[in-house]
Parts: sequence; C-alpha cells; structure tokens
Amino acid sequence: MIFLASSCQKDDPVPVGEIKFSAPSNLPAPTYDFSKNEITQAGFTLGRRLFYDPIFSRDSTISCGDCHISYSAFSHVDHVTSHGIDGLLGKRNAPAVQNMAWRTSFFWDGGVPNLDLVPLNAIQNPVEMDESPAKVVQKLNRHAEYPALFKKAFPEQDTVSGATMLKALSQFMLMLVSADSRYDKFVRGETGGTFSADETAGLNLFKQKCATCHSTDLFTDQTFRNNGILDDFLNDSGRNLVSTFPNDIGKFAVPSLRNVEKTPPYMHTGKFKTLESVLDHYSSGVKDSPTLDPLLKQNGQLGIALTGSEKQQIIAFLKTLTDEDFLRDARFQKP
Amino acid sequence: MKKLIFGFFTLASFATIFTNCKKDDKEDLSGTGSVTLEFDNRAGNAAFAFGTNYTNAAGETVKFSTFNYFVSNFVFVKTDGTEYVVPKDSCYFLCKHENADSREITISGIPAGDYEEVRFIIGVDSAKSVSDIAQRTGVLDPAAGAAGMYWAWNSGYIFVKVEGTSPQAPLNTMTGENTIEYHTGLFGGKDTPTLNNIKNVEIHSHDDAAKVRRDKEAPQFHIYVDVLEMFTSPTNISVAANPTSHAGAFSKTVADNYADMFTLDHVHNHE
Repeated sequence: MIFLASSCQKDDPVPVGEIKFSAPSNLPAPTYDFSKNEITQAGFTLGRRLFYDPIFSRDSTISCGDCHISYSAFSHVDHVTSHGIDGLLGKRNAPAVQNMAWRTSFFWDGGVPNLDLVPLNAIQNPVEMDESPAKVVQKLNRHAEYPALFKKAFPEQDTVSGATMLKALSQFMLMLVSADSRYDKFVRGETGGTFSADETAGLNLFKQKCATCHSTDLFTDQTFRNNGILDDFLNDSGRNLVSTFPNDIGKFAVPSLRNVEKTPPYMHTGKFKTLESVLDHYSSGVKDSPTLDPLLKQNGQLGIALTGSEKQQIIAFLKTLTDEDFLRDARFQKP
Repeated sequence: MKKLIFGFFTLASFATIFTNCKKDDKEDLSGTGSVTLEFDNRAGNAAFAFGTNYTNAAGETVKFSTFNYFVSNFVFVKTDGTEYVVPKDSCYFLCKHENADSREITISGIPAGDYEEVRFIIGVDSAKSVSDIAQRTGVLDPAAGAAGMYWAWNSGYIFVKVEGTSPQAPLNTMTGENTIEYHTGLFGGKDTPTLNNIKNVEIHSHDDAAKVRRDKEAPQFHIYVDVLEMFTSPTNISVAANPTSHAGAFSKTVADNYADMFTLDHVHNHE
C-alpha cells in the first residue's frame, strides 16, 4: 500500500503556477482552434517536459529546448544556424517560439499550416533530431513515467499516440505568450508604459516605414516576402520550395519583432548580428532580384530611406518590445 | 395503326410489369452491401514486381523497389446515375505493393443496386490534409500508418511514391546507386496557395455493372495500376534527365502523367 501511494504521488507534476490561456487585449483573435485541444495543467506540464526532453532525437541528445532557449524568446541566440544531431548544422536560423496561437503558418517558408504539426518537422529533419515520429511514440509508450502523465493529460486515451504527443507540445507552446513588454503597457495605458522622446519618435518612424509588413501588435502580417538580403536564392529559394511557384523564389516569412533585441542573429540566414546592421541593410543594403518586395523598390529606389538618428530611434523603440516577464517566466523553464 | 400501337404499348406495359415482378421475386434491392476494389499493379502489359526490369516510354530500363499510393474519396455511380458518396471517415486507403491486403479494399454500407462507375482521387484531399491531427488515424497518422508517406517540412501526404533504380539514371551519391525516386504530393496549400497535384480518377464499366446486394458477396472492380504510365502521357519522363522528383515544380509533370495510370480491367460479380 505504501508503495502504491508513493507511486501515485510521483505522477504529480512539478507545480508550475496557474496555467490558463488568455489573449491580451491589444492582440487580434488567436487562430489556433482551442476547441480541439483545451489547455490543462496536466497537458501543459507534460508538454513542457516533452519540450525539454531529448527523447525526440534519434540518439537522445537533442531536445526542442536546446535550440529554442527561453531567455532568447525560444530562439537560438548567437547561432547563425543551429547545430542539431551529430553536430550537423541546420539550413536556417532557428526562429523564436512565441505567440504561436496567432500564427497562420510556421517556419521561414510557411511549410507547416498548423502548430500541432510543427514538431514533426524538427523530429524528422536529418540535421535536427533525425528520428521517426512513430519511434518517438514507441519510446514514450515504453517509458517509465510518460504513459501515466499522458493518461492524466488525455484521460480518454489509453496509450500515447502521435496526436496526443503533438497536442501536449502544442499546449506548452501555446502558453508562450509575449505581450507584457513596455510597449504593450504603453498601448494598453498600463503602469510602467512610459516612452522616452526617442522611443516615441522611433514608434512613429516604425509606423511610417516598417509597419506595413511588421503589422499589428504581433509585428508581422504573416506574409512571405523577399526583403533583398540576397540577389539570388539558389541555395535556398524559401517559399518557392513549398509552393513550387517561381514568383515565390526568395520569399520568407515576415518574422515578428517581439523580443527582437534578444533574438540575434537576424534573417533566415542569420547574416546580421545587430539591429544596427539590420537597419543598415534596409537603408542601403537591399539587393535587387525579380521577386524583391515592391515596398523595397519604390520609384526605382532600392531600400527604405533612413538617417542615422532615425535608425537609432527605431532601435530604441524596438527595444521596448523586450518582454522580461516572458523571458524569465519560471513556468516556461526546464523543469 | 392506332390499334396496333395501342396493342404494342399494352404488350410492352405487361412485359415491364412482368419483368419487374419477376425481378422483385428474384432480387432484393433493399439494404446495403459491399464492393471490393482490387488494385492490380502492372508495368505496361506485364504484371508488376519489385526488382524486375521494365522499359519506360523513353526506352530506359527501370526497376522498382517501392510503389505506394493513396486513394480516397470514393463515389459509386449506379446505372441510373444515382451517386453514393463514401463517408469521409472511411474513404482513405494507402496501397503498398508489398502488402497485397492493402491493395484489395472493401467498402461497405453501399445501397444495393447496379453500379457502373467509380470515382476517386489519387492522394488526400485538402480538407483532410489540414484537419485536426486527432482526426487522422490509421493510414493518415503521420506518427503511425502514414510513416514514409508524409512530408513534415511541407505538411502533407505523399500521394504516390515510386522508387527504384535504372542504369540510365546518374549515380546518386546519397544512396550509392543509380537511384530513381518520385515522391509526389502537394494539395494546394491552406491559406497561401501551393501547387495542387490531387488527381481525379473516373472508372467506367461499359460491360458489366457491379451488382451490390444486401446478402451477396461483394462484387469487385478489378483495376489495373500501370506504373509505367507515370513516365509517359502527356509527357515522357526520362530517368536520365529527371531521376528524382519531390515537392518541386516538376512534380506536376509526374502527377499529370500518373493521373491515367488507373484503368478498369473488369467488373467481377460473384454469382
């Protein structure tokens, strides 16, 4: 009896604070269908454990959290591209994992249309985890603790399935909401939401010069665009790889700018290490090619006109998007 | 003349009534029955087998090690034009050459009647391709039945997968063989469009209708699936020039070719 009782206690998740998804008032309506995957304490806790568990990789060396690190908004800070299994390098800069509930597509080329399907990509990628999802499900079913944790999170399922594995991971990722930066407090009129003169000037410049693509308080319009970082895309044609259409060559997803201060390097190639170099690119480094976004070639002029002080003001504004509460949220750390 | 016509009609009416009555006595058209479809893989005029050399339309020697395809969304059409649409929860099948059982599919719950046409798609429709992961069980589960027939990086099912070798194909440094590999998918995209390679198949029986009856063994549509059709009509594919195709623009050529690889051999009614 004593043994049984202690076994039961062992199943209890590590306390993680209240787990409840709520959409911040300054963000649009989420796109994720929560009716198909209601977030629960047990599901979130399981998802978090899975996120940090290398069980997903072929040789149990790489977890999701290895390349998506909490203090850099779940991106791989300072890595141009990430090193996955066997030290192999990925092809593109690992994107941040934040505000996933609002996304209409995932990855730089938008190849995945639903959050639930996102982990399959990393699991199967030969340079990331190089494992088959079916094998991961098998490993989870044979694990000493996971079957009970899954039963708790998905009581109607007797065994671990691909669907429940993915939905648990989604529950963790859906909770990664960043909307408590100083900018958010500013637009919501909350305490602490004060801007300096430079930050205000930067916000105004941002609205004029950047917000067509980095639109809404998600700071992305979720389209695919060629922003002129290369003049040919023979190595990686981006959205074209997914759609096959020639007019998609060189187009990549417009990333959110939330926590952008903390997510260097920038662009799908990771070619820029600083925000200064990003703005220098937009003012004087844009390269022309047939699919270059028309907004970056207006009246025959390449790029966006920006003076040195305007760039500094925009950067001052971008730093107000840093959300320390999100980056340090104990609920999202490795258990 | 009038009399004659009247007489003829009377006779005809009696005949109709008579045969109807006779038919009613003989055949019970109430309830539902089943149909089987046997997908009989072929390579031109020959039976298909792994490891056998065949010649494609470009005159190249090809030999196969994988031949898988999804068929789904079946519709059966009666001789009077009435259609029966197989419900979504039971209309997806993955046929693999190495598994003969997977190539003989049975569909039940079909209203009794005489069916002369079957329609289906090669692949998985766009609605299912973007549906909730929990709704994708069996052959549609990327972590189980659909393993090897699913692209995780460009979410969607591989509709048709053909792999093998050819002495005319260049040496593939990854496999160390003269590999040929055609993985074809793409359902058209969810919010932002992609190429759509879903192909519709219509199979019409000009001779025998499949007689679906409540209490009789399921009639069978015996369907030939000719792998060599993937290499020709409308466009000849040379394995020397295009030894592989995945989710690229060339996959349209592959799909346009294989769209006509399904043909009816015969309908078999068990008496």
